[in-house]
Amino acid sequence: MVKYFSCVGFLKGTWDQVFAAFWQRYPNPYSNHVLTEDIVFREVTPDNRLLSRRLLTKTSRAPRWAEKFLPSHMARKAYIIEDSVVDSNNRTMVTLTWNISHARVMSVEERCVYRVNPDNSNWTEIKREAWISSSLYGLSRAVQEFGLARFKSSVTKTMKGFEYVLAKMQGETPTRTLAETATERARETALAAKEKAKGFASQAQKKQYV
Amino acid sequence: MNSVGEGCTELKREYDQCFNRWFAEKFLKGERSGDPCTELFKQYQTCVQKAIKEKDIPIDGVEFMGPNKEKPGS
Repeated sequence: MVKYFSCVGFLKGTWDQVFAAFWQRYPNPYSNHVLTEDIVFREVTPDNRLLSRRLLTKTSRAPRWAEKFLPSHMARKAYIIEDSVVDSNNRTMVTLTWNISHARVMSVEERCVYRVNPDNSNWTEIKREAWISSSLYGLSRAVQEFGLARFKSSVTKTMKGFEYVLAKMQGETPTRTLAETATERARETALAAKEKAKGFASQAQKKQYV
Repeated sequence: MNSVGEGCTELKREYDQCFNRWFAEKFLKGERSGDPCTELFKQYQTCVQKAIKEKDIPIDGVEFMGPNKEKPGS
Protein backbone atom coordinates (compact mmCIF):
# COMPACT_ATOMS: atom_id res chain seq x y z
CA MET A 1 0.00 0.00 0.00
CA VAL A 2 1.42 3.34 -1.01
CA LYS A 3 0.38 6.88 -0.23
CA TYR A 4 0.61 9.19 -3.23
CA PHE A 5 0.96 12.94 -3.09
CA SER A 6 1.39 15.56 -5.76
CA CYS A 7 1.44 19.33 -5.97
CA VAL A 8 2.56 22.10 -8.26
CA GLY A 9 4.35 25.14 -6.93
CA PHE A 10 6.49 27.88 -8.32
CA LEU A 11 9.49 29.94 -7.41
CA LYS A 12 9.78 33.60 -8.32
CA GLY A 13 13.03 33.22 -10.16
CA THR A 14 14.08 32.51 -13.72
CA TRP A 15 14.99 28.95 -14.59
CA ASP A 16 18.74 29.66 -14.58
CA GLN A 17 18.58 31.38 -11.20
CA VAL A 18 16.58 28.49 -9.74
CA PHE A 19 18.89 25.82 -11.18
CA ALA A 20 21.94 27.65 -9.81
CA ALA A 21 20.20 28.08 -6.43
CA PHE A 22 19.44 24.34 -6.39
CA TRP A 23 23.13 23.62 -5.81
CA GLN A 24 23.40 26.29 -3.12
CA ARG A 25 20.30 25.46 -1.09
CA TYR A 26 22.17 24.26 1.96
CA PRO A 27 22.51 25.55 4.54
CA ASN A 28 19.48 27.78 4.92
CA PRO A 29 17.38 28.81 7.93
CA TYR A 30 14.91 25.99 7.24
CA SER A 31 17.42 23.20 6.85
CA ASN A 32 18.72 22.63 10.37
CA HIS A 33 17.84 18.98 10.05
CA VAL A 34 20.25 18.56 7.13
CA LEU A 35 23.60 17.58 8.61
CA THR A 36 25.82 16.89 5.61
CA GLU A 37 25.71 17.32 1.85
CA ASP A 38 28.01 15.73 -0.74
CA ILE A 39 28.13 15.33 -4.48
CA VAL A 40 29.13 11.70 -5.03
CA PHE A 41 28.69 11.45 -8.78
CA ARG A 42 28.63 13.93 -11.61
CA GLU A 43 28.77 13.65 -15.38
CA VAL A 44 28.01 15.82 -18.41
CA THR A 45 26.43 13.70 -21.14
CA PRO A 46 27.32 14.08 -24.84
CA ASP A 47 23.99 15.89 -25.33
CA ASN A 48 24.96 18.38 -22.63
CA ARG A 49 22.80 17.24 -19.77
CA LEU A 50 24.25 17.32 -16.26
CA LEU A 51 23.76 14.16 -14.19
CA SER A 52 24.48 14.42 -10.49
CA ARG A 53 24.00 12.40 -7.36
CA ARG A 54 23.88 14.16 -4.01
CA LEU A 55 24.14 12.31 -0.71
CA LEU A 56 22.48 13.94 2.27
CA THR A 57 22.50 13.08 5.94
CA LYS A 58 19.48 14.26 7.86
CA THR A 59 18.35 13.89 11.43
CA SER A 60 15.80 11.13 11.69
CA ARG A 61 12.80 12.14 13.72
CA ALA A 62 10.33 9.48 14.74
CA PRO A 63 7.21 10.42 16.70
CA ARG A 64 7.22 9.18 20.27
CA TRP A 65 4.42 6.71 19.71
CA ALA A 66 6.48 4.97 17.02
CA GLU A 67 9.70 4.84 19.01
CA LYS A 68 8.36 1.96 21.12
CA PHE A 69 8.07 -0.18 18.00
CA LEU A 70 11.40 0.65 16.44
CA PRO A 71 14.63 -1.19 17.25
CA SER A 72 16.36 0.57 20.14
CA HIS A 73 19.60 0.78 18.21
CA MET A 74 17.99 2.43 15.18
CA ALA A 75 20.13 5.26 13.93
CA ARG A 76 19.09 8.85 14.54
CA LYS A 77 20.62 9.80 11.21
CA ALA A 78 19.04 9.07 7.86
CA TYR A 79 20.80 8.84 4.50
CA ILE A 80 19.11 10.25 1.46
CA ILE A 81 20.09 10.17 -2.19
CA GLU A 82 19.04 12.85 -4.66
CA ASP A 83 19.66 12.14 -8.34
CA SER A 84 19.16 14.95 -10.84
CA VAL A 85 19.31 15.66 -14.54
CA VAL A 86 19.70 19.28 -15.64
CA ASP A 87 18.94 20.00 -19.29
CA SER A 88 20.08 23.50 -20.16
CA ASN A 89 18.76 23.18 -23.73
CA ASN A 90 15.18 22.41 -22.65
CA ARG A 91 15.55 24.51 -19.48
CA THR A 92 14.24 21.64 -17.38
CA MET A 93 15.47 19.70 -14.41
CA VAL A 94 14.22 16.40 -13.06
CA THR A 95 15.14 15.22 -9.58
CA LEU A 96 14.51 11.98 -7.75
CA THR A 97 15.07 11.81 -4.00
CA TRP A 98 14.69 8.79 -1.76
CA ASN A 99 15.98 7.44 1.54
CA ILE A 100 18.49 4.59 1.52
CA SER A 101 18.31 4.03 5.26
CA HIS A 102 15.26 3.18 7.39
CA ALA A 103 13.59 2.16 4.14
CA ARG A 104 11.66 -0.75 5.62
CA VAL A 105 10.30 1.47 8.38
CA MET A 106 9.24 4.11 5.90
CA SER A 107 10.20 4.77 2.33
CA VAL A 108 9.68 8.20 0.79
CA GLU A 109 10.40 8.81 -2.88
CA GLU A 110 9.98 12.24 -4.36
CA ARG A 111 10.13 13.20 -8.02
CA CYS A 112 10.27 16.85 -9.09
CA VAL A 113 10.13 18.37 -12.53
CA TYR A 114 11.32 21.96 -12.83
CA ARG A 115 10.45 23.97 -15.90
CA VAL A 116 9.82 27.54 -17.05
CA ASN A 117 6.42 28.61 -15.74
CA PRO A 118 4.15 28.56 -18.81
CA ASP A 119 2.21 31.60 -17.53
CA ASN A 120 5.17 33.69 -16.52
CA SER A 121 8.56 33.04 -18.07
CA ASN A 122 10.29 34.85 -15.20
CA TRP A 123 9.13 32.17 -12.81
CA THR A 124 9.90 28.50 -12.47
CA GLU A 125 7.30 25.82 -11.98
CA ILE A 126 7.98 22.79 -9.76
CA LYS A 127 5.77 19.75 -10.19
CA ARG A 128 6.25 17.47 -7.21
CA GLU A 129 5.14 13.87 -6.66
CA ALA A 130 5.79 11.61 -3.72
CA TRP A 131 5.21 7.97 -2.87
CA ILE A 132 5.22 7.04 0.79
CA SER A 133 5.13 3.45 1.97
CA SER A 134 5.94 1.40 5.02
CA SER A 135 6.49 -2.31 5.58
CA LEU A 136 6.16 -2.17 9.35
CA TYR A 137 3.84 -5.00 10.25
CA GLY A 138 0.59 -3.74 11.74
CA LEU A 139 1.69 -0.12 11.74
CA SER A 140 2.15 0.60 8.07
CA ARG A 141 -0.95 2.70 7.72
CA ALA A 142 -0.16 4.89 10.74
CA VAL A 143 3.43 5.29 9.58
CA GLN A 144 2.28 6.24 6.10
CA GLU A 145 -0.10 8.87 7.47
CA PHE A 146 2.67 10.26 9.63
CA GLY A 147 5.03 10.16 6.67
CA LEU A 148 2.60 12.02 4.44
CA ALA A 149 1.95 14.72 7.05
CA ARG A 150 5.66 15.17 7.61
CA PHE A 151 6.36 15.24 3.88
CA LYS A 152 3.85 18.05 3.36
CA SER A 153 5.42 20.15 6.09
CA SER A 154 8.87 19.45 4.71
CA VAL A 155 7.73 20.69 1.27
CA THR A 156 6.87 24.00 2.95
CA LYS A 157 10.34 24.18 4.49
CA THR A 158 11.97 23.21 1.20
CA MET A 159 10.20 25.99 -0.68
CA LYS A 160 10.96 28.55 2.03
CA GLY A 161 14.61 27.58 2.01
CA PHE A 162 14.75 27.76 -1.77
CA GLU A 163 13.04 31.19 -1.81
CA TYR A 164 15.48 32.42 0.83
CA VAL A 165 18.52 31.38 -1.20
CA LEU A 166 16.99 32.74 -4.43
CA ALA A 167 16.23 36.12 -2.84
CA LYS A 168 19.82 36.38 -1.61
CA MET A 169 21.10 35.57 -5.08
CA GLN A 170 18.81 38.04 -6.83
CA GLY A 171 20.21 40.95 -4.82
CA GLU A 172 19.91 44.63 -5.71
CA THR A 173 22.32 45.03 -8.62
CA PRO A 174 20.19 45.34 -11.79
CA THR A 175 23.11 46.46 -13.96
CA ARG A 176 24.79 43.08 -13.65
CA THR A 177 23.79 40.06 -15.65
CA LEU A 178 21.88 37.36 -13.87
CA ALA A 179 24.79 34.98 -14.04
CA GLU A 180 27.26 37.50 -12.66
CA THR A 181 24.95 38.30 -9.79
CA ALA A 182 24.41 34.62 -9.10
CA THR A 183 28.12 33.92 -9.21
CA GLU A 184 28.91 36.82 -6.94
CA ARG A 185 26.22 35.71 -4.49
CA ALA A 186 27.47 32.17 -4.70
CA ARG A 187 30.95 33.34 -3.78
CA GLU A 188 29.61 35.50 -0.97
CA THR A 189 27.47 32.68 0.33
CA ALA A 190 30.38 30.25 0.17
CA LEU A 191 32.59 32.77 1.90
CA ALA A 192 30.02 33.46 4.63
CA ALA A 193 29.59 29.76 5.20
CA LYS A 194 33.33 29.31 5.45
CA GLU A 195 33.76 32.14 7.93
CA LYS A 196 30.85 31.04 10.00
CA ALA A 197 31.90 27.43 10.19
CA LYS A 198 35.58 27.87 10.79
CA GLY A 199 36.12 31.50 11.72
CA PHE A 200 38.97 31.67 9.23
CA ALA A 201 38.79 35.41 8.88
CA SER A 202 42.38 35.62 7.70
CA GLN A 203 41.74 33.08 4.95
CA ALA A 204 38.84 35.18 3.70
CA GLN A 205 41.09 38.18 3.37
CA LYS A 206 43.48 36.24 1.19
CA LYS A 207 40.82 35.27 -1.34
CA GLN A 208 40.01 37.82 -4.00
CA TYR A 209 36.54 38.27 -5.38
CA VAL A 210 36.02 40.36 -8.47
CA MET B 1 27.62 22.83 4.60
CA ASN B 2 29.68 19.97 5.98
CA SER B 3 30.74 16.87 4.13
CA VAL B 4 29.88 13.44 5.52
CA GLY B 5 33.62 12.93 5.69
CA GLU B 6 34.80 15.22 8.44
CA GLY B 7 38.13 15.84 6.76
CA CYS B 8 36.61 16.47 3.35
CA THR B 9 34.67 19.66 3.99
CA GLU B 10 37.42 21.99 2.77
CA LEU B 11 37.87 19.99 -0.44
CA LYS B 12 34.13 19.98 -0.92
CA ARG B 13 33.90 23.77 -0.57
CA GLU B 14 36.68 24.38 -3.07
CA TYR B 15 35.03 22.06 -5.56
CA ASP B 16 31.59 23.62 -4.96
CA GLN B 17 32.93 27.12 -5.62
CA CYS B 18 34.51 25.99 -8.88
CA PHE B 19 31.38 24.09 -9.92
CA ASN B 20 28.96 26.92 -9.11
CA ARG B 21 30.96 29.34 -11.24
CA TRP B 22 31.19 26.92 -14.18
CA PHE B 23 27.53 25.94 -13.87
CA ALA B 24 26.19 29.53 -14.01
CA GLU B 25 28.70 30.97 -16.48
CA LYS B 26 29.17 28.06 -18.90
CA PHE B 27 26.83 25.14 -18.52
CA LEU B 28 23.54 27.06 -18.24
CA LYS B 29 24.52 29.14 -21.26
CA GLY B 30 24.94 26.00 -23.34
CA GLU B 31 28.69 26.40 -23.66
CA ARG B 32 30.30 23.06 -24.20
CA SER B 33 33.73 24.08 -22.98
CA GLY B 34 35.61 21.60 -20.82
CA ASP B 35 34.90 21.20 -17.13
CA PRO B 36 37.61 23.17 -15.26
CA CYS B 37 36.83 21.45 -11.98
CA THR B 38 37.89 17.87 -12.71
CA GLU B 39 41.06 17.99 -10.60
CA LEU B 40 39.27 19.46 -7.60
CA PHE B 41 36.48 16.92 -8.06
CA LYS B 42 38.93 14.02 -8.08
CA GLN B 43 40.56 15.13 -4.84
CA TYR B 44 37.20 15.67 -3.20
CA GLN B 45 35.89 12.29 -4.37
CA THR B 46 38.93 10.39 -3.13
CA CYS B 47 38.24 11.79 0.31
CA VAL B 48 34.48 11.45 0.42
CA GLN B 49 34.25 7.96 -1.13
CA LYS B 50 36.64 6.73 1.55
CA ALA B 51 34.45 8.24 4.27
CA ILE B 52 31.36 6.64 2.72
CA LYS B 53 33.00 3.21 2.83
CA GLU B 54 34.18 3.70 6.39
CA LYS B 55 30.70 4.68 7.53
CA ASP B 56 29.10 1.81 5.61
CA ILE B 57 26.70 4.10 3.78
CA PRO B 58 24.88 1.87 1.29
CA ILE B 59 25.22 3.83 -1.95
CA ASP B 60 27.15 1.18 -3.84
CA GLY B 61 25.35 -0.29 -6.83
CA VAL B 62 22.35 2.01 -6.49
CA GLU B 63 21.22 2.66 -10.06
CA PHE B 64 21.04 6.29 -11.21
CA MET B 65 17.42 7.42 -10.93
CA GLY B 66 16.91 3.89 -9.64
CA PRO B 67 13.41 4.04 -8.16
CA ASN B 68 12.09 5.97 -11.18
CA LYS B 69 9.65 3.30 -12.26
CA GLU B 70 6.01 3.74 -13.21
CA LYS B 71 4.04 4.05 -10.04
CA PRO B 72 0.26 4.18 -9.48
CA GLY B 73 -1.18 7.53 -8.53
CA SER B 74 -4.18 7.44 -6.22
